[in-house]
Amino acid sequence: MPKKATLLIVALMLTLSVPAWAQTHSEAYKDNIYVTGVLKPIDSVLKVKVGDAAPDFMLPSITGQKITLSQYRGKKIVVLSFVPAAWTPVCSDQWPGYNIVKDFFDQNDATLLGITVDNIPTLYAWTNQMGKLWFPVLSDFYPHGRVAEAYGVLRSDGTSERALFVIDKKGIIRYIDVHDINKRPSLEVLIRELEKLK
Amino acid sequence: MKKYFLLSIVLALSFVVAQTLSAAGPPQTGGQLPEFKFPMPSDRADKGYLGLSGWGSTFRIPDIRARVVIVEILSMYCPFCQKEAPLVNDLYGAIEKDPKLKGKIKILGIGVGNSAYEVNVFRKKYNVPFPVVPDPDYAAHTLYGEVRTPYFIAVKINENGTHEIIYSKLGSFGDIPAFLETLKKPAGL
Repeated sequence: MPKKATLLIVALMLTLSVPAWAQTHSEAYKDNIYVTGVLKPIDSVLKVKVGDAAPDFMLPSITGQKITLSQYRGKKIVVLSFVPAAWTPVCSDQWPGYNIVKDFFDQNDATLLGITVDNIPTLYAWTNQMGKLWFPVLSDFYPHGRVAEAYGVLRSDGTSERALFVIDKKGIIRYIDVHDINKRPSLEVLIRELEKLK
Repeated sequence: MKKYFLLSIVLALSFVVAQTLSAAGPPQTGGQLPEFKFPMPSDRADKGYLGLSGWGSTFRIPDIRARVVIVEILSMYCPFCQKEAPLVNDLYGAIEKDPKLKGKIKILGIGVGNSAYEVNVFRKKYNVPFPVVPDPDYAAHTLYGEVRTPYFIAVKINENGTHEIIYSKLGSFGDIPAFLETLKKPAGL
């Protein structure tokens, strides 16, 4: 009985507790963020590793263009930023930060592709709250999460991990960070990885 | 087994206390800011602006040499904070240009959930002339009621070292002259 009670109390605490780092605080979203609570940090198994050729893909963007990874081959280093879902905590605070560091990407001859498994209308409405984003926002909605699955970052609930992949100009994966879904990756680590490829 | 049960009770009680603290809500006008020690700015100009002396590694808001400290709770990752940044810079400019206010009203930013690196990115991007201290693990933010950003708090610093909150509001402060007028009277300026 005490063991059961212990488990129950701990489970209740984990469900109810939403620490500050797992929330979105910008007034830009007002009360429109769905509170997910603390989630399992990682819920997938990577299918690629550093040194592998990055799986190519073609995905629609919110501007109506189709974007392929291979179109950047020989031209730009590509950072893929998978975020779990629109209108959720942390995700809503990640891309607006990248949006003010375009110069860092430019200095390192890199570009950014933001990807979620949401559909285009949802992504359009959500990213409109972030201001005008300089990088393409891609929908991996249909077939659902196919690109996330190819990289091994599709979670069991159909969302994706919060993951960063840095892909060099030859199309080779040079850095992978499948981050704790509840936390935002630090900007300095990503910038440092880009600088290594310069 | 009994040990685990007791441990779970202690954990549950700690949780309730923590929830109560974080649910305390935003700082209220007429009240005081919860005590918090921020890292001492490494930049000499920032330190000079805030009037912080000595070799300490931390400072508290009432340590700032000013009659009023306007605290902006922000984040590099917050679109509204990015949008608001030029207006806050204008507020700084208006204060520095007014001989009656210069040196008496200071601005301090707190970058919640931001590392020192991220705070510096924000400052460089928007040419922020006033100091912004990092709050990477949301420690200050939790004490300040986990307010949304940007959030502005004006704190009147009394000569005896005590202080009082004279403004506490979510979102833009709006018209700069009108905002400064709202601070002057309660601050005795």
